[in-house]
Amino acid sequence: MSELTLERGLAAFRAEIDAPTAAFFSSCVHCGICAQSCPFYLETGDPKYTPILKLEPLRLIWENEFTLLGKLKGLLGLQRKVTDAMLAEWEELLYDSCSMCGRCSMVCPVGNDLAYMIRKSREGMVQSGHAPEGLISASVRAIKTGSPMGLQWKTLAVQIKHVEDSTGLKVPVDQVGADYLVMLSSMEVINFPEYLEAITKIFDHAGVTWTLSTQCFEATNAGIQIGNKDIAAQLVERVVAAAETLKAPNVISPECGHAFTAIRWEGPNLIGRAYPFRVFHIIEVLEELRVAGRIKTEGKEMDRLSLHDPCNLARKSGVIQQQRNLMDLVADNFVDLKEHGKYQWCCGAGGGVSSNERAEPLKMAAFKRKKAQIEEVAPERMVTMCATCRTQLEEGLEEFNMDIPVVGLTEMIADHLVEKETGS
Amino acid sequence: MSGSMEFLLWTKGPMFDIAMVIFAIGLLARLAEIFLLGRARNYAEPRAGEWPAGLRTMLTRTVADRGTFERAPFNVVVGWIWHLGFLAALLLFVPHIELAKGLFGISWPALPNPVVDFLTAITLLSLVATLVHRLNHPVKRRISTIEDYLVWTVVFMVVLTGYLAYHRMVNPYPLALGMHILSAEILLILLPFTKLTHILTAFIARWYNGAAFGRKGVQS
Ligand code: SF4
Ligand code: SF4
Repeated sequence: MSELTLERGLAAFRAEIDAPTAAFFSSCVHCGICAQSCPFYLETGDPKYTPILKLEPLRLIWENEFTLLGKLKGLLGLQRKVTDAMLAEWEELLYDSCSMCGRCSMVCPVGNDLAYMIRKSREGMVQSGHAPEGLISASVRAIKTGSPMGLQWKTLAVQIKHVEDSTGLKVPVDQVGADYLVMLSSMEVINFPEYLEAITKIFDHAGVTWTLSTQCFEATNAGIQIGNKDIAAQLVERVVAAAETLKAPNVISPECGHAFTAIRWEGPNLIGRAYPFRVFHIIEVLEELRVAGRIKTEGKEMDRLSLHDPCNLARKSGVIQQQRNLMDLVADNFVDLKEHGKYQWCCGAGGGVSSNERAEPLKMAAFKRKKAQIEEVAPERMVTMCATCRTQLEEGLEEFNMDIPVVGLTEMIADHLVEKETGS
Repeated sequence: MSGSMEFLLWTKGPMFDIAMVIFAIGLLARLAEIFLLGRARNYAEPRAGEWPAGLRTMLTRTVADRGTFERAPFNVVVGWIWHLGFLAALLLFVPHIELAKGLFGISWPALPNPVVDFLTAITLLSLVATLVHRLNHPVKRRISTIEDYLVWTVVFMVVLTGYLAYHRMVNPYPLALGMHILSAEILLILLPFTKLTHILTAFIARWYNGAAFGRKGVQS
């Protein structure tokens, strides 16, 4: 990234304006309902966190340069311009106080897809040099080392060894022609090694051929979080190259909501072509295996469990019923949070908020929405399927002294697999 | 008296034509402005088609989801009431239908005048309520612009002058009616250049929203 300037920023904003954006801005009636869907507004009560307000720089560019009236105002010298000072002020609004959860896009009465435009605005913020430090360093690390946390294969290799020792199973690496190429997130590798062990067991149990790739194991995309298409495309190309090397027909995204939307929905558009493989979230794969009768479980969890839908998986990707079917498989006492599925509430940590240290207080404030939802249902444990959500739930619940452990759905399934009869 | 008659004839004649032309050309220009921008091609494998989901959202977004309703009941209910009242008075009032008949040659059944009268009064009250809300709610106050107040005034004037004319509360009558027609013309002229375009573009916005979510397997 050389020479980030206001000029470049404005050009990037300009390049993002498309027909949907113009239709959205043309339609806003300033009713303020979007604020009622945003955890950052609701939990702080500060009107500056109103979603439509976060889009003011993009809106001004649209009005000034893409509307008749705006151009007329320009001739008369009446335009309000986007300045460096404005963008500096908006950095907090577009990054620290938005997890790109997409909830506002579901409730705006005129149909504005606000989260779509937040994503677009971030492109302009990066080019004008107004992206948060934490996200910049994550992106630089991702490009340099392949992982936003700077994690290297050798760390993963140690973990593979642990998994192999404790399960007695082989973790396949660089297997050409395996059905599934499994991608991971660094967060998962560091915080939740149980995940790798769980899929190793489940895939062995279900007879699925799979592999990891030494060429690329990380599928989160710091470029999308910060809002830089070039970085994002590079990171996607790495996954594509790894899948092509191993001739994998299917790629499994990590148990991470953001990585899933990145690779599933944005990826092909970033590289400008369709993939030669299909992409699934692990939950979709598990559900397919369940439906096909390839997962045999025994026993159930008897305590009261509830579920946190990751925004990226549920509202933004349509994976909603699958996790509930899987819960029913292994949980006897499962109760949904009141607003769930496509209307679930964000944990507060997505969209790069958790990589942006400065945003920590806001992240915890936004979590209070989730906390209230959890309190309403009073489960003994929470279940989820995203490493970022899980970390945030754990930290948040601890912060508020709530003794509710958080578990991953995949591990829970692995715990209930029927032991294979040896020798059969 | 003759002055007011002249005024009425002017609003019904030359001014009406001017308003219609600006309205039509302005709106077409705005639609062109939107659609000519286009949309990038989407290479991600869809879960479902864009059209069914887009069309559904065009309708379903009219009703708030339950949680939003509970969090913003005033916004939702008052918004509904004044939109419905305004539409009923606009479309189901005998003289308005006669105007449509004269212009386009089509007509439809009307509501009895006392009913329209009642709905108009309700609309006026709810419009006042939206203004009070806009001036008091921290979010609305923060995001409101001069345009919001201008548009509110024009819409309110259209309904108010209609109400006054119907009740003969302004004399002479041609002046009252002329004022009503002129307010409606101002509304038509402003429509393509203000948030009033949402009467059309909201459906385009909803389609794009529904289509984007729909292809990912979510009905938005
Ligand atoms: S909910 Fe939609 S129309 Fe209302 S202020 Fe927000 S973006 Fe504008
Ligand atoms: S995407 Fe979520 S966090 Fe961002 S503005 Fe909308 S509701 Fe708020």
